[in-house]
Amino acid sequence: MSLTGFEVEIQREVDGGLSTEDMTLSMGPQHPSTHGVLRFVVRADGEVMKEAIPDIGYLHRSIEKIAEKVGWHGFMPYTDRVDYVAAMFCNQGWAMAGERLAGIEVPKRSEYCRVIAAEFNRIQSHLLSVGSMAMDIGAYTPFTHALREREYINDLIEELCGARLTFNYMRIGGVAWDIPPGWREKALAYVERFEPLIDEYNALIFAYVERFEPLIDEYNALISFNKIYTERLANVAVITAQEAIDYNLVGPNLRGSGVHYDVRRDEPYSVYPELDFEVPVGTGEMGMVGDCFDRYMVRMREMKESCKILRQCLQRLPGGPVVAKVARNFKPPAGDCYVRVESARGDMGWYVVSDGTAFPHRCKIRTGSFAAMSIIQKVSRNLMIADLIAVIASFDLVAPEIDR
Amino acid sequence: MAASDPAAIHAALRSHFGDAVGDLAGTRPDNTGTTVAPSAIVDVCRFLKTETGLAFDCLSNLSGVDYPKRNVIEVVYHLYSYRYRHLFVLKVDVPRDNPAVPSVAGVWHAAEWQEREVFDLLGVTFEGHPDLRRILMPEDWPGHPLRKDFVEPEEYHGISTSRESLLKT
Amino acid sequence: MSLINTAPEMALTTKIDDFLNWTRKSSVWYMMFGLACCAIEMMQTGGPRSDLDRFGAAPRATPRVSDLIIVSGTLTLKMALRTKVLYDQMPDPKYVISMGSCANCGGLFQLAYSVCDGVDKVIPVDVYVPGCPPRPEALTEGLVKLQEKIQQERWLVRKPAVAANA
Repeated sequence: MSLTGFEVEIQREVDGGLSTEDMTLSMGPQHPSTHGVLRFVVRADGEVMKEAIPDIGYLHRSIEKIAEKVGWHGFMPYTDRVDYVAAMFCNQGWAMAGERLAGIEVPKRSEYCRVIAAEFNRIQSHLLSVGSMAMDIGAYTPFTHALREREYINDLIEELCGARLTFNYMRIGGVAWDIPPGWREKALAYVERFEPLIDEYNALIFAYVERFEPLIDEYNALISFNKIYTERLANVAVITAQEAIDYNLVGPNLRGSGVHYDVRRDEPYSVYPELDFEVPVGTGEMGMVGDCFDRYMVRMREMKESCKILRQCLQRLPGGPVVAKVARNFKPPAGDCYVRVESARGDMGWYVVSDGTAFPHRCKIRTGSFAAMSIIQKVSRNLMIADLIAVIASFDLVAPEIDR
Repeated sequence: MAASDPAAIHAALRSHFGDAVGDLAGTRPDNTGTTVAPSAIVDVCRFLKTETGLAFDCLSNLSGVDYPKRNVIEVVYHLYSYRYRHLFVLKVDVPRDNPAVPSVAGVWHAAEWQEREVFDLLGVTFEGHPDLRRILMPEDWPGHPLRKDFVEPEEYHGISTSRESLLKT
Repeated sequence: MSLINTAPEMALTTKIDDFLNWTRKSSVWYMMFGLACCAIEMMQTGGPRSDLDRFGAAPRATPRVSDLIIVSGTLTLKMALRTKVLYDQMPDPKYVISMGSCANCGGLFQLAYSVCDGVDKVIPVDVYVPGCPPRPEALTEGLVKLQEKIQQERWLVRKPAVAANA
């Protein structure tokens, strides 16, 4: 079957006198999950997949080429679209690249503003991730809870920078607007309100476990193909730490496999060295280390850590300007740089080459979802088609990060 | 577990590979590295990955840059070690007319898709790659878009690629 | 013998048309065709605060059961071919809302080489909702405008003669 066609092919194999059929199905590019336009060519023997070959490029918007056309300042709105669910980190990556190339010192207050905006965005992104993961598994209600919480954060961020989704908040040299009066108190009040809700959310999921655990023996036969949330995620798509590093997985995908690494702590940037936070790592509490459940739990715990960071930042916010003086006709000296920011989906690498003119020579964005997509072909062998959905959701893929 | 500084890494490379490895260049920790001859890149990468004390177990980034003025396409490898937390940059220059580099997909699996992307957008052939085909653009797309001299096609499958401006001036 | 567009314009027949249109506009089921950033705003519009379901609009996964396709996000050339296939799979009468600048005209990605500048190059559009991304209120207004359009349709009554353009 051509990987770009969308016909279904049925191949007949004669296997020991019994003729079997392998189906080749095309899952996508339009499908009900919320991860964007992805396509998988699934070779399946009934419900069990032989292989799921990813096919990408349906959202390739040539953002890297546009960088060469619009210039340093003009590219900032495009960085939002690289990962629209966690747009603040992309803004930050591009701003840091420009600053690193030109050696610009960013004022302290704007660094704090950046971290505050970024951590709110991280909570939003993780909410969408766990909400849509729950929806893909079949639990529709947590998704509406997640959307409700996202709306509150949207309100806060809209007051801060005017936009709900594609923010364009950061500039090379700082941030665009200062924190409006009264915003700090509202943000602190929200963090106080939100943190216990994470436990409530967890309880919604864990309630199944507490209810089912004593009945496991009794229900074993009944539920062997009827899995509940934790059962559907435990021991599915286990990725060892070595495989994760070899395939260049990053962020919660990497930490879910047990690797203690976070760019904010290990290659610190901005004001993260002054902040006190933990880095949650997958421990195999429901199954093996590196399964879907571990990746999910890392995200839930990261939201708590973000609340901790937010509290510290909002309390310590210093005074001062929010943007350094940067020329409108910004021309950093020739050279290249490789900036890494810890986005919600992991370490996002920005390789930017400047040739001394007002337009970047090359901007390459290396994202976590690209690598996660590449490991799916290997991990999908002998999984069921429904498990493929859980795997895609647990990797927290978004199509724009893959295709740019 | 001490991170090796770039000079030490470069010295180890020089002692093993001699002239295939260029001089150490770079101004900051994130852009310090060296050039490597295309024929030696796989051995250099394998050495950097397996040598104790270097342990570059992660290919953090693989990208291609088109330099029409120098008439080369540069393939840039950013290597990172999770063990020792050091970063090193390798650069391979290939001529623009017929760019070909041996593939490092056998060293890190992360290279498989990254190399496919460089092939798709810049036209660099990676010899020995298990599955070298277009990844982001459609299979029948003409040309390699990230090249500086790329000309957009007028239409694709009957859909024109330009749009009349909505502002009537 | 078909009754469509055969009846004269009388009180009874227009009321029947109004009734049919009212039932159809109150349950416009849209296919989730979320491509990019606008998809997130479309989900938020279907979410708890600004609820599309109160208009009867329920999200459907497959084109076979949907009346409306909300094209939300950038349409690349690779995807444009599939969009035509999906549109053809929808049963008549079907409507298209083009949500966001990218679907309207290519938006800020007109500079791109791989983007189809507007979804109306492949499928006919009924309502354009501007914005980048449009707020939930904007998408809701787009849906209301579509409902007004549906309300004007004629099924039983003869369509008015089209005046010849000079």
